Amino acid sequence: MAPNPQGDAFPLTRHSVVAAAQGPDPEERSRATDAITSSYWRPVYKYVRLRWHMEREDAEDFTQDFFSRLLEKDFLASYDPAKGKLRTFLRTCIDRLFMNQLRDAHRQKRGDAAIHISLDFEEAEHEFAASTQTGSAEDYFEKEWVRTLFALAVERLRVQCQSAGKTAQFAVFERYDLGDEDSRPSYAVLAEEFRIAATDVTNYLAFTRREFRRCVLSQLRDMTGSDDEFQREARSLLGVVPK
Amino acid sequence: MKFLPDQVVARLQTGMQTPDLSGTRYRAIELLGQGGMGAVWLAQDSILQRPVALKVLAAENSSADLASRLMQEAVILARLEHPGIVPVHDAGTLPDGRTFYCMKLVEGKTLDRYALKLPLRERLRLFQRIAEPLAFAHSRGIIHRDLKPANVMVGSFGEVLIMDWGLAKVMATTGAPSPTNPVPRQVVVDLEESSAATQISGGAFSTPKQDPGHVMDATELYPPAKQVSGHVVDATELSPLAKQVSGHEFTRAVQGSLKTGALAPENPTAHGTVLGTPGYMAPEQERGEVNLIDQRTDVFALGSILKHLLQEPPGSQEHESYSRPLRAICAKATSAGMSARYPSVQDLAADVGRYLDGLPVSAYRENIFERMARLVSRNRVAVVLVLAYLFMRLLFILFSRR
Repeated sequence: MAPNPQGDAFPLTRHSVVAAAQGPDPEERSRATDAITSSYWRPVYKYVRLRWHMEREDAEDFTQDFFSRLLEKDFLASYDPAKGKLRTFLRTCIDRLFMNQLRDAHRQKRGDAAIHISLDFEEAEHEFAASTQTGSAEDYFEKEWVRTLFALAVERLRVQCQSAGKTAQFAVFERYDLGDEDSRPSYAVLAEEFRIAATDVTNYLAFTRREFRRCVLSQLRDMTGSDDEFQREARSLLGVVPK
Repeated sequence: MKFLPDQVVARLQTGMQTPDLSGTRYRAIELLGQGGMGAVWLAQDSILQRPVALKVLAAENSSADLASRLMQEAVILARLEHPGIVPVHDAGTLPDGRTFYCMKLVEGKTLDRYALKLPLRERLRLFQRIAEPLAFAHSRGIIHRDLKPANVMVGSFGEVLIMDWGLAKVMATTGAPSPTNPVPRQVVVDLEESSAATQISGGAFSTPKQDPGHVMDATELYPPAKQVSGHVVDATELSPLAKQVSGHEFTRAVQGSLKTGALAPENPTAHGTVLGTPGYMAPEQERGEVNLIDQRTDVFALGSILKHLLQEPPGSQEHESYSRPLRAICAKATSAGMSARYPSVQDLAADVGRYLDGLPVSAYRENIFERMARLVSRNRVAVVLVLAYLFMRLLFILFSRR
């Protein structure tokens, strides 16, 4: 599945994505499930690779199976926002599904799911191999969730800048804020590189960071199960944390 | 989707937490400190070319109640123009939606760190200086409610500043002190409630018990002293939002509530909001009896600070801090009963001043030996001269008889 480049088109209402995924409007339901899948499949894949030591192919099948069931069997109907975060619920579902598959001798062969979702496992596997896995599998899942949130927000920003004719602004942001610490250029170098004034670099970065902030919030809304969870996550992620 | 290394995720997350100051006169330099409600940033004022401190709400999605409270804090600070109270330069909303106010950057140490190695008498003189801005605030009808060593800063020139007025309570003085009523009766308006009241009545503060139809305007909040005596209004009556506990007071409030069992929303007058710091909160504050809170609540906290200052650092040879008059001053200031405390912070500071001057203190009735010892101690030179004279006289008499 493509990483939801139309993510910003998703209605940014107070209505939660979980509620939308179970709503009566098929179009809205489809967009909501797409939003959940594109936000969560990478953390799910990497989590099962680490948590259950699944081989690459098994993890791919399992991830496919999990999201197929999520769509087919209406897993989300049992989600209660008052009881916890959406990602905690999904992680519990993953663990239960795995245990059920172990127990069920007559289980449906993995990969036979009716719905096949196009996911780029090659890239996810490469990321999994490159990432450092310290701490518990649950912590790793949380960390990957944050990484996916920011990565999808960057993608939203890129799409948004492209459609607004602000590719230069995004390019400066990408070069300065998304680059390696060691090769991070100065404003003067950036100005020279993009043939703009140094003050423009400041303005471009201020613009993109402000927009990025909005994109993160939009993405976060798609990745949380309720408005309350969204509020808490936003405060935790965007609020000031001690150094 | 571009893979973001850990380093980049951390950088983006930090960037998200930095307030958006684009289009403003300020440039964020570094985070100075933070609480649940917000953070204080060191910033550069690009127009006046000076460093300032920005207190910014934690996130743009914070509740309107918190934003209103932060703004109320700024308004209170702006009204308290005193060398011992940090001045506010500016307040408003940042481009990212966060409420902020800009204040003077205070460079110094908190009281507990500053006073660590000072001799006792210097600590006591420092204590007297803490009382000055506090007395000023009380004269303007404002109770701090969160006095503690961490909220008192001592600047590089020894100037004392009282910080963090986020829990301050505005009280409209409604009566003159008298021998039978040393503390004027007051209309109490809590910051939390006032923000709630603002939402309800469009910036005004209603006083339902006094006059259900009456709406109090801003000038009544800060009235000239000695208005007509009136009913004591519990701030919790003003709005159910008064029961909400949030922001940087949350932990303290929860600690307090756990300790006292307060915060019960069912009974707005008996159990109000508990805000403050355990160890420095007066009993009436711990019980959430908002309607009882007055300057004697701050007297209690100031007495607790005095107790803190009397603690000798390890290895100290001074024993004066254990003297009975000082202990009596502390005991009186931190009495459980409000009427047993000093009626004002000036009275407390004056008693400490009397102790420093070798005079009897009001909190302690000394016996004849203690009075003699104090007089001798106070008039050492005169006593030594008299004794020397008497000794010489005695010697003269003895030799003249031979």
